Amino acid sequence: MTTTRRDFLSAATAAAGAAMTGDLSHANAQGHDHEHQAVPSDLTLRVKALESLLVEKGLVDRAALDALIDTYEHKIGPRNGARVVARAWVDPAYKQRLLTDSNAAIAELGYGGQQGEHMQVVENSPQVHNLVVCTLCSCYPWPVLGLPPVWYKSAPYRSRSVIDPRGVLREFGLELPEDVEVRVWDSTAELRYLVLPERPAGSKELSEEALAALVTRDAMVGVAKVTLSQAGGPV
Amino acid sequence: MNGIHDMGGMHGMGPIQPEKNEPVFHARWEGRVFALRRAMGAWGKWNIDTSRYEIELVPPAEYLRMSYYERQLAAFLELLVKSGLVGRGEIDSGKPSEGSPNRSPVFTVDKVAPLVAKGVPTRRNVPVAPRFQAGQRVRARNMHPVGHTRLPRYARGKAGMIERDYGVFVFPDTNAHFLGEKPQHAYSVRFAARELWGEQAAPRDSVYLAMWDDYLEPV
Repeated sequence: MTTTRRDFLSAATAAAGAAMTGDLSHANAQGHDHEHQAVPSDLTLRVKALESLLVEKGLVDRAALDALIDTYEHKIGPRNGARVVARAWVDPAYKQRLLTDSNAAIAELGYGGQQGEHMQVVENSPQVHNLVVCTLCSCYPWPVLGLPPVWYKSAPYRSRSVIDPRGVLREFGLELPEDVEVRVWDSTAELRYLVLPERPAGSKELSEEALAALVTRDAMVGVAKVTLSQAGGPV
Repeated sequence: MNGIHDMGGMHGMGPIQPEKNEPVFHARWEGRVFALRRAMGAWGKWNIDTSRYEIELVPPAEYLRMSYYERQLAAFLELLVKSGLVGRGEIDSGKPSEGSPNRSPVFTVDKVAPLVAKGVPTRRNVPVAPRFQAGQRVRARNMHPVGHTRLPRYARGKAGMIERDYGVFVFPDTNAHFLGEKPQHAYSVRFAARELWGEQAAPRDSVYLAMWDDYLEPV
């Protein structure tokens, strides 16, 4: 099988054309993991060829592919989770339901489904900080956060979150006092975890909607806190 | 398997590199791979555990060199061939082989919303007695299967406490290899950070793992 993979990539290299250099420079402009990536233009061509093959064999419906991609690019993302968090902040009864039967409470706001079939919401407090990782692959609560960012799926985050969570948080700019208990949730089964961050001080006057706008993806993974000013813009 | 994918606790992987305003997919082909895997999964020739195991089989050096979606693609090609849905020759040539059946897609556009909304639950409503209960001390087995497992190396042989019984779930170690779902209880198990990593860990920190009955033994 290794041979096949190499054949696949070398065939791709041979097939790569100058027309694809625009795509290549796009990938190089991304400031992350792409130094590990094979020539993206090859992949563009090969995936196109694979898709055409599968369509021709009657195995896939292109419209279904488009709809699936559109769903995760435009419809499902961390704004869903932010609404769940904001509701929990303003409604103590909802928060209680969220912590005891996470799926049902999340479904009250209309969210649920693929890769969030079995949810557990874990609550941050002045004494406890929760951090979510998947050391074995990339498990992540899609219905409330969308698809995971590259760093969440990367070796540095997966390897170190369990052995040095405080160091990882420091890298994200979050220094936790020694007396705060850190709980790391390694997504080894089909449970998916969402962090309920602390409501920021001074947010009493804010509406539920305004609160939701403060909640970032990173805070719901547990690598950040929610603050009143999101200088860098929410991610 | 004791593969490179099981990287919890490793050193030397470098700094974490968050990207501002990151797109969901960095190139069009990534989204196509994402969607193709799901669409082909609808043929029912493999399950989520099989597809995870296939990624684990990517040789370690390649695994680390490849981007996330490259690994997904590599494993996907293997699944296509092993399942018999596509021939290796067809992948190489990009053309259906002569006499190959012409089918109709099972994952049609009307199936997208239901899949997204319902997902593929792995909890099973079958009467299986739990072997452990909340508050009980347990030890993760010291086991090293060559097949698929969701028991990371860093927890093997370590003692923890059952925090919560999640109910009965499909067991990935058998399901990945088409050896049956072997439904059994899965638990949230709390391991003290110092039990896992020794004195270098903060005294009150902990790691929670979800573990099936077959991963655990009483202390």
